[in-house]
Amino acid sequence: MSVTAFLTDSTLCIGCKACEVACKEWNQVPADGFDFRALSYDNTGSLGHSTWRHVKFVENGAVPGFGGNASEVFSWGFSSDVCKHCANAGCLEACPTGAIVRTEFGGVYIQPDVCNGCGYCVVCCPFGVVERRPEDGRAFKCTFCYDRQKEGLEPACATACPTESIKFGEIEHLRDTARERVRDLEEKGFDDVNLYDPTDTSVGGIHAFFIVRGDPKTYNLPPKPEVPTTYLKKGWMSAGIAAAAMVAGAFLAFTGSSDR
Amino acid sequence: MLRDLLLKWPLVRQIVEGADGTGAESMSERTRNLRARNKGAQVARSVCPYCAVGCGQLVFHKDGQLLSIEGDPASPISRGRLCPKGSASFELATHANRLKKVRYRRPRSKQWEEIGLEKAMDMVADRVWQSRERTFVEERDGKSLMQTTAIAHLGGATLDNEENYLIKKLFTGGLGMVCVSNQARI
Amino acid sequence: MGSSMAENHPVGFQWVVEARERGTKVLHVDPRFSRTSAMADMWVPLRAGSDIVFLGALIHYVLENEKDFREYVVNYTNASILVRDDFRDTEDLDGLFSGWNEDAKMYKTDSWAYKGSPLKDVTNSGKTGGHAKDRGGEKLQENIYEQDLTLQNPRCIYQVLKRHFARYTPELVERTCGVPQDVFLKLARTFCSASGPDKTAAICYAVGWTQHSDGVQIIRAASILQLLLGNIGRPGGGILALRGHASIQGSTDIPTLYDILPGYMPMPLFAEDADNLAAYFNHHKTKTGWWNNFDKYFVSLMKAYYGDAAAKENDFGFTFLPRVTGDHSHQGYWIQMADGNVEGLFVMGQNPAVGGPHSRMERKAMAKLKWLVVRDMVEVETASFWLDSPEVGRGELNPEEIDTEVFLFPAAGHTEKGGCFTNTQRLNQFHEKAVDPPGDARSETWFIYHLGRRLKERARKDQRPRNAGLNALTWDYSTEGANAEPVVEEVLQEINGRTLKDGKLVAGFRDLKADGSTSCGCWIYSGIFPKPDENVARKREPRDFYGHGWGFAWPADRRILYNRASARPDGRPWSERKKLIWWDENKKEWTGFDVPDFTVNKSPDYRPPENAEGDDALGGDKPFIMNAEGLSRLYVPSGLKDGPLPTHYEPLESPIRNPVYPAQQVDPGANRLERPDNQYANSPDERFPYVATTYRLTEHHTAGGMSRYLSHLCELQPEFFCEISPELAKQVGVEHRGWVTIVTARGIVEARAMVTSRMPPIHLNGQTVHQVGLPYHWGYKGLVKGDSANDLLALSEEPNVRIMESKALLCNVFPGRRERGPRALKQLENAMRQPTRRRMVAQ
Repeated sequence: MSVTAFLTDSTLCIGCKACEVACKEWNQVPADGFDFRALSYDNTGSLGHSTWRHVKFVENGAVPGFGGNASEVFSWGFSSDVCKHCANAGCLEACPTGAIVRTEFGGVYIQPDVCNGCGYCVVCCPFGVVERRPEDGRAFKCTFCYDRQKEGLEPACATACPTESIKFGEIEHLRDTARERVRDLEEKGFDDVNLYDPTDTSVGGIHAFFIVRGDPKTYNLPPKPEVPTTYLKKGWMSAGIAAAAMVAGAFLAFTGSSDR
Repeated sequence: MLRDLLLKWPLVRQIVEGADGTGAESMSERTRNLRARNKGAQVARSVCPYCAVGCGQLVFHKDGQLLSIEGDPASPISRGRLCPKGSASFELATHANRLKKVRYRRPRSKQWEEIGLEKAMDMVADRVWQSRERTFVEERDGKSLMQTTAIAHLGGATLDNEENYLIKKLFTGGLGMVCVSNQARI
Repeated sequence: MGSSMAENHPVGFQWVVEARERGTKVLHVDPRFSRTSAMADMWVPLRAGSDIVFLGALIHYVLENEKDFREYVVNYTNASILVRDDFRDTEDLDGLFSGWNEDAKMYKTDSWAYKGSPLKDVTNSGKTGGHAKDRGGEKLQENIYEQDLTLQNPRCIYQVLKRHFARYTPELVERTCGVPQDVFLKLARTFCSASGPDKTAAICYAVGWTQHSDGVQIIRAASILQLLLGNIGRPGGGILALRGHASIQGSTDIPTLYDILPGYMPMPLFAEDADNLAAYFNHHKTKTGWWNNFDKYFVSLMKAYYGDAAAKENDFGFTFLPRVTGDHSHQGYWIQMADGNVEGLFVMGQNPAVGGPHSRMERKAMAKLKWLVVRDMVEVETASFWLDSPEVGRGELNPEEIDTEVFLFPAAGHTEKGGCFTNTQRLNQFHEKAVDPPGDARSETWFIYHLGRRLKERARKDQRPRNAGLNALTWDYSTEGANAEPVVEEVLQEINGRTLKDGKLVAGFRDLKADGSTSCGCWIYSGIFPKPDENVARKREPRDFYGHGWGFAWPADRRILYNRASARPDGRPWSERKKLIWWDENKKEWTGFDVPDFTVNKSPDYRPPENAEGDDALGGDKPFIMNAEGLSRLYVPSGLKDGPLPTHYEPLESPIRNPVYPAQQVDPGANRLERPDNQYANSPDERFPYVATTYRLTEHHTAGGMSRYLSHLCELQPEFFCEISPELAKQVGVEHRGWVTIVTARGIVEARAMVTSRMPPIHLNGQTVHQVGLPYHWGYKGLVKGDSANDLLALSEEPNVRIMESKALLCNVFPGRRERGPRALKQLENAMRQPTRRRMVAQ
């Protein structure tokens, strides 16, 4: 069973939101409320309990004469966000009930029949992906279409994406594709293209890479995501060291005094 | 048997398999049995009903129930892809607000009532016949007219060719209706 | 231009993106920076309604710089043909062509003819526009003409074009469209470089072009440009109409339209075609070219409709068909409805209460009906105009006074019935039935069949002449299943056609006869069902890049029309890279990657003998076989109502006077249908200073019946909004997400403001024109509700096809929500009365 990943290439994204809908239709996720947020053409806001793919729209100002594919002007960007399925997943590490599991495809899967809604995973996600559904309190996020992957099918979002902005495949192969694509774009004169694939942080690599124009932060992609449980370990470590030092100190105090 | 039972208990499995409790050993029965819900279903080769690109759709169904609708990867038009509307086709076919009965509104009424399909068909046939009787003109200036302009039709672009064919054949070819239009005019 | 393909045809747009990635330049000309612009290399905003100036300037650029594909132009277009000496251009007559009759408000088009073409002996009132092949009748024998292959004669069409477009300069573009000259020239250079043996360019358009008072002429301008560049009939070329509904192409081919019969044959006109089949044929059949087969197709249709009752002795049942006596179009009959002259209306899968032009007027008109039948999957606004329309809330309609009986039938969806759609590329695809429809929902096939059965039963007992057609109508379709659903394949077979002696399905339209020995429901679809077990529309085995083996592209499964033009006059491909079909000298036939749109064994050097007729009268180097002269038309000698060449006229409502022809503000043939309930702003008009334009969003579908009940779509675009620039927002006094009220001379709506630099103001000669973008999907039913932008439109008619103008009108914008109830009408009245006080806001 190979480890799989998403590559979301926003330079090919037409902002159609097919990924959002295909995800909801397949996974039978309810609508998220009819709010006119008007964050440009985005009205679903962000990833959450009932939005597992989310297309963000960033308006930078349109300039007559230049389309969005002009390297000189980056006018209107769209990018489809999704759970990163971290190698060291904060949600999974935090889950006390064993509801969150790592699948054979490397994805992180919340078992809805096990989840008891404690919410520990929600605060431990460095990307703010996991959220509890108010109706029953359980946590939900992208399943990486685990059910489909088991049948050898691609996730619903990647299947629907009209322009192959969302690619799905074996992780290392996709990494190569991503690097090649960035090189291509740079050769075409796009000097603002970035591949988002943080590997040197405690998340230990992700299973959903992104190619974006401009700063990834604009698309809710933090520059240095960290697993909160890392801090927990550090916390325990320093607590341990402190405790050991105290014991040693006390011991030395006693022995020292006997030396005197 | 007892061993099997015990092994179903994630904690035991974890100890036996030496795993860290985040993998298969923690999977519930539901998770282990998880399969794509359209597995083994019947498939109808279909076409998206929204715009005119004509994306191929696979309509999965079982025992008379729709299971899911997705793009047909074999289509040379769409290569398996669908836009948000096409992706929402399953909801289009199955949502709760679909009409299932004929609704009838009497003259001057402020509400709908439900009526039977056959009765409604008879009533509509009556209305058509009477309006046509009142307004049909066979001749003008001694020349054949065979026309009524008092019964009109609108629609066709969302329908099948066969349906449009029958509408034009009956309404124009049979009844003499000339006021026939559809979305192509607007 | 005229389309936002990425938004409205996202999956089709994958091919554009793929082409772009391989080096194709994508140019988007649109008032609004849309999701299509976001994928384009160039975005050029222009003033809505100035398209002909822009396209005319591209034509001018080609001619001025001799960028035309000369060998193509000389051989495959009518550039070399001379026009009559008495033809006068708009340049000579201040914006009108020769032949204008001011009293009749129409052209006498004789002077537009080719020099030497005899006029046919027919009367042609020219009163009906239409989708038919000849828009009301052939006027000329266009195969006879004088020409100058050097293109030097001042009366040849090439020179006529040069003079006509001489004033369409980059400077005029800047002044009229608001596009800076350097931006225009950059686009012109890029686009016009895609020409010649090795390169092609395509133009995609949609209702952004058609929904204008001169919409047909906009598309004509694109045709001229593409023909000059040699981009028709060749791979990667073309002018692609991106149509909005699954089978809007099909419903034109097999029309639910008043002016045509299946296969673009005209409905008989009362005044001209009379009740005589010979006169009708004389009017519409051509001596040369493919339409010489007109009688075969017509007689075969009559045999399909009326069976044995259509015989030679009764002109094949010609008098069973009703006669067209006037404007029976949507616009035309809705006016009649408003005046109480229509008793009953069927609406099937359309929602005019939201999507119709001047939807406010359309809703009110329905209250004059005796009965209304609506068939849809949900309770669309059209069905409940009497219950909860804005007019009820405003006291304009009172349910207790509305006599209309309303029947709302549940309709089956696409998964619940078999049948075929004809998609935008003329591709017939059959969709299979998966499940039964819910409850009493039924297909239209079911409804029409069983309604027809009932009516025929009555007619059988009543043999008056008025029932002759109904009694003759063949209606013996088999039914199947518990619902007695007609077998849809039988209908498709009837459309395909048969030889009547043996009942065998025909292989294609070449088998059809004019003697009554064949039947065919739509000649262009013939070949779709050639054998009892071979439904070609259902085929799903694509075997090549063009998709042969998948569905059926009419006619004859051709994927690119007029593809003879993809080869040189001598039959060799223009280039290796752009080859499509070519002449195989060894086999003595046309061959290649597509089904040749040409008689397969007609060699390139074939020259017709004197007095040849039909296809035989066209030489082996004449690709445009539907035209009597076998050539494509840079200039249209007959068939159009508003001129042989596109000319810039302003929209019916415009912020400026026509800069090209001050004496002729609007298309002379356009019909305003002006009346107290369908008023217009002046051009310009202080009360309505801004330009409004309507469009669709990816997330919704047209008038909303298929999207506003779907939660997964509603959440993506929950509210009616208007797109305005930051400059206009400041002028109006509204912030992003705030409410505005938009008013035209017809209606009043409220919307949320989407303030964005993607809808920039246009600068013309020192005048700033603000444009307001209005997606039109919302109505008063559904999971999400909102006002309907189409309440703002006028009911108007383009002269040739009678389409309304929705892409350029005048409006005003006020901050805040509109008034509720009857006060909204007062607010509308006030807006119409008072000139806007100038706001003292620094720009």
